[in-house]
Amino acid sequence: MTQVQQKLEQVTVLFAGDSGDGIQLTGTQFTTNTALFGNDLSTYPDFPAEIRAPLGTIAGVSGFQIHFGSVDIYTPGDRCDVLVVMNAAALKKNLSRLKERGTIILNTSGFDKRNLRLAGIKEGDNPLINRSLEDFKVHEFDITKLTRESLKESTLGTKDRDRCKNMFVLGFVYWMYNRKVDSSIDFLKSKFATKPEILKANITVLKAGYHFADTCETFSNRFEVKPTKMAAGSYRNIIGNQATALGLIAAAHKAKLDLFYGGYPITPASDILHELAKHKNFGIKTFQAEDEIAGICAAIGASFGGDLAVTASSGPGIALKGEALGLAMMLEIPLVVVNVQRGGPSTGLPTKTEQADLMQAVYGRNGEAPIPVIAATSPSDCFTMAFEACRIAIEFMTPVFLLTDGYIANGAEPWRYPKTSDLKEIKVQFAKERTPEDPSYLPYKRNEKLVREWAIPGTKGVEHRLGGLEKDKETGNVSYDPENHEYMVKIRAQKVAEIANHVPLQYFDSGTENSKLLVLGWGSTYGSIKTVVKELATEGIDIAHAQVKYIQPMPRNLGDLLSKFDKILIPEMNNGQFITLIRDQYLVDAKPLNKIKGVPFDALEIKQAILNMLKQ
Amino acid sequence: MAKAQDIKDEVVKLTAKDFVSDQDIRWCPGCGDYSILKQVQSVMPELGLPKEDIVFISGIGCSSRFPYYMNTFGMHSIHGRATAIGSGLKAARPDLSVWLVTGDGDSLSIGGNHLIHLLRRNFDLNILLFNNQIYGLTKGQYSPTSEVGKKTKSTPMGSIDHPFNPLALCMGAEATFIARTIDREPKHMREILIRAEQHKGTSLLEIYQNCNIFNDGAFGGFTDKQMKKDNSIYLKHGEPLVFGAKEDKGIVLDGFEPRIVNISSEDYNLSDLWIHDEKCRNKANILTRFFDDPSKENALPRPFGILYQEDRFRYEEALNEQLNLVKAQKGSPDLDKLLAGVNTWQVD
Repeated sequence: MTQVQQKLEQVTVLFAGDSGDGIQLTGTQFTTNTALFGNDLSTYPDFPAEIRAPLGTIAGVSGFQIHFGSVDIYTPGDRCDVLVVMNAAALKKNLSRLKERGTIILNTSGFDKRNLRLAGIKEGDNPLINRSLEDFKVHEFDITKLTRESLKESTLGTKDRDRCKNMFVLGFVYWMYNRKVDSSIDFLKSKFATKPEILKANITVLKAGYHFADTCETFSNRFEVKPTKMAAGSYRNIIGNQATALGLIAAAHKAKLDLFYGGYPITPASDILHELAKHKNFGIKTFQAEDEIAGICAAIGASFGGDLAVTASSGPGIALKGEALGLAMMLEIPLVVVNVQRGGPSTGLPTKTEQADLMQAVYGRNGEAPIPVIAATSPSDCFTMAFEACRIAIEFMTPVFLLTDGYIANGAEPWRYPKTSDLKEIKVQFAKERTPEDPSYLPYKRNEKLVREWAIPGTKGVEHRLGGLEKDKETGNVSYDPENHEYMVKIRAQKVAEIANHVPLQYFDSGTENSKLLVLGWGSTYGSIKTVVKELATEGIDIAHAQVKYIQPMPRNLGDLLSKFDKILIPEMNNGQFITLIRDQYLVDAKPLNKIKGVPFDALEIKQAILNMLKQ
Repeated sequence: MAKAQDIKDEVVKLTAKDFVSDQDIRWCPGCGDYSILKQVQSVMPELGLPKEDIVFISGIGCSSRFPYYMNTFGMHSIHGRATAIGSGLKAARPDLSVWLVTGDGDSLSIGGNHLIHLLRRNFDLNILLFNNQIYGLTKGQYSPTSEVGKKTKSTPMGSIDHPFNPLALCMGAEATFIARTIDREPKHMREILIRAEQHKGTSLLEIYQNCNIFNDGAFGGFTDKQMKKDNSIYLKHGEPLVFGAKEDKGIVLDGFEPRIVNISSEDYNLSDLWIHDEKCRNKANILTRFFDDPSKENALPRPFGILYQEDRFRYEEALNEQLNLVKAQKGSPDLDKLLAGVNTWQVD
């Protein structure tokens, strides 16, 4: 049978099922395949905080959304074209995310009495029977049964066979989008190298799904999404947390320092630790501490010893690190602190995303304790900004906050990765040995950038004592002198302000200073804003977009840039934090657009806000 | 070569004075801390290390001012966290001699968690735990080692907190070196300080230290000339447990029960007594339980000296072994290869 190829510009597919159904694996496999095929893409994994949330319930639904296209893609997509559901709960939870007349691929065995009950659906309301799905294109199969059938010969038990059913789905979707299955076969071969029976079963089911799609005559055509025209270069797929880890490694490599990571497991930051622990041949010392405080304190110790020291966490963990952050700021030693933000306050929404720790990063310490804060805008940008965090920490002898969030930390996109030689140099100049004839070492003497010297133990003649008590402006000895204290508070703030002269100027991502309105974003809202602004441009509406990545201090031209606009819209995933900083520092009448639902902005929401504001 | 020899000669020439910093000491006159500082400064030259290789790290409290007075590298950090900072420093720099100075509040209250985890990891560093059974710097509240009934500003009706037995706690936390000394026995303190530095692993040295302002005489039973010999027992590896003003008392182990016996009587002689064995965990566990109030009738004497010592792998050593192993397996790092990852594609 020959199928017609239907060409599509972009598609969003949402895989959803029980958290034990292997949805995340299916999603990441499809992502790798899509990336290798040459499509631009963006992903959004969404899973419960519980490892094995109650089977079959709404709470236990795990989802993975991928948006890919032959055009540039900036977000995982608002609503999906195709919804793949493994059970009734997955359908119930996600149906509202499906576009009108969208496609549903549905596993009928997930709609038996038990599953309906667990999903809280009355038997009479069974969507397979009550015609509520009539407006959609529904393809129903008993995927569990088909999987079992294709494994008739296998010696595996029923439970192990059933676990292969995600491969059936994957094969099926590969066929739909005219893909080859090779990349997943290679992956399975390495994953199950020591388990030949399981390997064989997975490959069998993957191929069975593929062939089934071909022969079941469900589709009159296959879809084709041509590769995206991307800038020339070498590409790979990258997940945000992975990119953060690689940025840290790259910076340590360029600075010729050992990388030390002290941390405590916390969602959604733990993958940074996992990634770093994989690359110990780079001399990376990962230290899983007894708590968040020990994680940062061990990093402070390592930094005092001359390593490039890093700690990462999420909001609740950062709260615990507060006192130690103040110490690191007083000591004026390099330290990178990554906050992969999640929904707060308190324990909040561990697996959901939010940008609500900005004020915590900027102000969350006792006393006058300024710390540089920077933010990443996308999964691959986590690499760039992690590298930047290290550069600033070392060059300015200061702790640096890098803010990412669950959305970009777990999301993936293609990345035109750099060569080592393309990366900026990071110069480390430890204090040199001093003989008794040399002028004595003054721990808090500053250079023209107001930065003190990094004098590490083992260096003769520069023995000195640091501490959290206020120190004399040169000797570093304890000082309670009122004039000295005020001087030190001001000079520490001035040093952080000076960093503005050593970071890129703010630029427009779209539009110009003559545009009607400026959308000012920060961090991970980049993709949603970009999508909207591009769309509006095609409709003839000229909107400017600037995405701030350097937040403390802000780029030194930001004030000028803002002054050109009467209308400024600031979308952020919190109750209005960045806008407070902007209003405070620049006295501009910016308007907020806040979303605090644990999920990123839909492009449509931003579009609506822009259009409303233009009318006023 | 000649240069290395010069450096060594210079090291040998160091004296206690070389370890005295230019800072005025701000402890109260008569504080037990002075004696400890003096002994530490005088022991330093004997370690044979250049002073730039020595680091003192402290938390918060009276004792934690210590690093300011040592002319080495030092850090006066935050409350309870010196143990965590020291762990990171030692992981980064196994070549350094790292000393942690802490008090009973700093290490057993706010920093209790880091202390026990440091002990089980067994980083090669030395903890000097100044125990004065009181909060001095905050002006006299009871501490986690204060006795029940202790009347302080925060406990006007007497403390109802059962205190820690620090050495028993440390045994429970898998410590590999546990010792006790006291500010008023400088010679003994010197011996133990040297043994602590020699031990490869975390050395926990509890130092009874008198706070003459807020808790004067807390250890009077172990310092008073009349009483101290009856209340204390100075342990020596391989020797019987003998104590008493007339050295006429000894300890026998009756099953699991330690018992005081009179060796001047006909019933017992030296050969009946418990022989101290630093390496014996079971006996050390019992020794840490010699924790009676000395004023009590038939109180077991408080042990001073090294209660326990074992050789066990150090965290930083295992960490470096792993790094070397993975380097041998994967070869030297190639950043370009790492950045490219496994699946890449080209766009022309």
